[in-house]
Amino acid sequence: MPKVTWILHDGRAISAEVAAGHNLMEAAVANNVPDVIGECGGCLSCATCHVYVDAAWYEKTGGPGDMEGEMLEITSAERRPMSRLSCQIKASEDLDGIVLHVPHI
Amino acid sequence: MADPIVIVGAGQAGAALAAKLRALGYSGPLALVGEEPVLPYQRPPLSKKYVSRELAFDRLLVRPPAWYGEQRIDLHLDCPVAALNPADKTIALRNGTVLRYANLALTTGARPRRLPDEIGGGLAGVFAIRTVADADRIAPLLEPGKRLLVIGGGYIGLEAAAVARTKGMEVTIIEVAARILQRVAAPPTADYFRALHRKHGVAILESTALARLTGEAGHVIGAELADGTRLSADVAIVGIGVSPNEELARRADLAVDNGIVVDGQCRTSAPDIYAAGDCARFPWRGAPTRLESVQNAIDQAEHAAAAMLGEQRTYDPVPWFWSDQYDVKLQIAGLGRGCTDCVVRPGKREGSASVWYYRADTLIAVDAMNDALSYGIAKKVLEAGRSIPKAIAADVAVDLKPYLTAHAT
Repeated sequence: MPKVTWILHDGRAISAEVAAGHNLMEAAVANNVPDVIGECGGCLSCATCHVYVDAAWYEKTGGPGDMEGEMLEITSAERRPMSRLSCQIKASEDLDGIVLHVPHI
Repeated sequence: MADPIVIVGAGQAGAALAAKLRALGYSGPLALVGEEPVLPYQRPPLSKKYVSRELAFDRLLVRPPAWYGEQRIDLHLDCPVAALNPADKTIALRNGTVLRYANLALTTGARPRRLPDEIGGGLAGVFAIRTVADADRIAPLLEPGKRLLVIGGGYIGLEAAAVARTKGMEVTIIEVAARILQRVAAPPTADYFRALHRKHGVAILESTALARLTGEAGHVIGAELADGTRLSADVAIVGIGVSPNEELARRADLAVDNGIVVDGQCRTSAPDIYAAGDCARFPWRGAPTRLESVQNAIDQAEHAAAAMLGEQRTYDPVPWFWSDQYDVKLQIAGLGRGCTDCVVRPGKREGSASVWYYRADTLIAVDAMNDALSYGIAKKVLEAGRSIPKAIAADVAVDLKPYLTAHAT
């Protein structure tokens, strides 16, 4: 299963194996990653699963979709070039090893 | 050992309350009591991707099963509560267990209103959608060519209609009010969704009262309308609103009035008893208010947790909601209650639009259809206690993004 690592604002890292097809917001919640909330369950309505994709991985995840890009306007933490809503990124073999930076909220 | 904090109601609010207590550092005993036999789960997908079988049940869980043990939460699932006794601070479960509590939270939720048995509400093939068990019974019946009758043109009914139509069913919605979404949305939003459903081939009958559902051998076969028209149906889904689960509180002499009455700190009329979520009625912007939403379930429950631990802040949310129908995502910020006027802002992509609700000249809510930017801006503006002038909102040539920051007027 693809491995995902979240790096928290204090530098602590949490890693987990995530079933392919599951999105990285639900994976974060399942692994008690702080500051990834996912209040709307992954339907692009709360922007509480905001992460910064590590620069080395951003090309593989690609940029945000249309509506996701609009929701990124209202994140709690500042939007940066590698901002994504993690509910819109699905775990896959291609993303095995991906690193996400979690902003503090 | 100290008595536990006991949470009655293991839905989204109950789980959020437990999680917040732990996050705020409460390390004492904590019990979560639920009537359903399953761990807390997200209900919104039940009428969407769960009933359509796109998501399995484990994807709906609010927290993974191991979390409850890790957090030392004493789970009592499949355990209806028989009685609450505020005088000796205990609750009695129907299975005979008695739990003492130091603080109690009621997150008992709401249940769908049923059609009376006299008019066919008890026939086989007639469903509400509230629990995973409901959705599990409905899912296998959503077969191409079968006929679904939806009673009630609210969001649940419209979502069920969209799923069923996508599965190839023939779908008819009947709504007793003059239009769909009458209770929850302004006419332009209703017009949008009526057109959307008609485009997909759903029949929508408004100002249409049901006389009764008709049955044969105990199973629904159709409906008779007030004007005598007869419709055929293989399945009926009833979405005519919910009632708060307030009976436990009422029997214990807590104040109830269309919901368990609480103050801004989620306190009921009884000492050390709090309530949050769909079941709670709280003061909001000058009127007693009960919200049926995930936002309120989570935020009010978290507020109750903080209040239990001594926080004095008043719960003053900007409500938000969402719905998914076909390829349309509806996002709602604010509450349209008391709306005197609304304007429509066409969206940038095909089929997108937003409806801006005003009370006099003050923005109070926005319904955004495939227009996350309008939703997001409205949500931020409302949260900041600001407004956007009507003429600006209606003028698609004006960029609203500057209103995200305080200096725009």
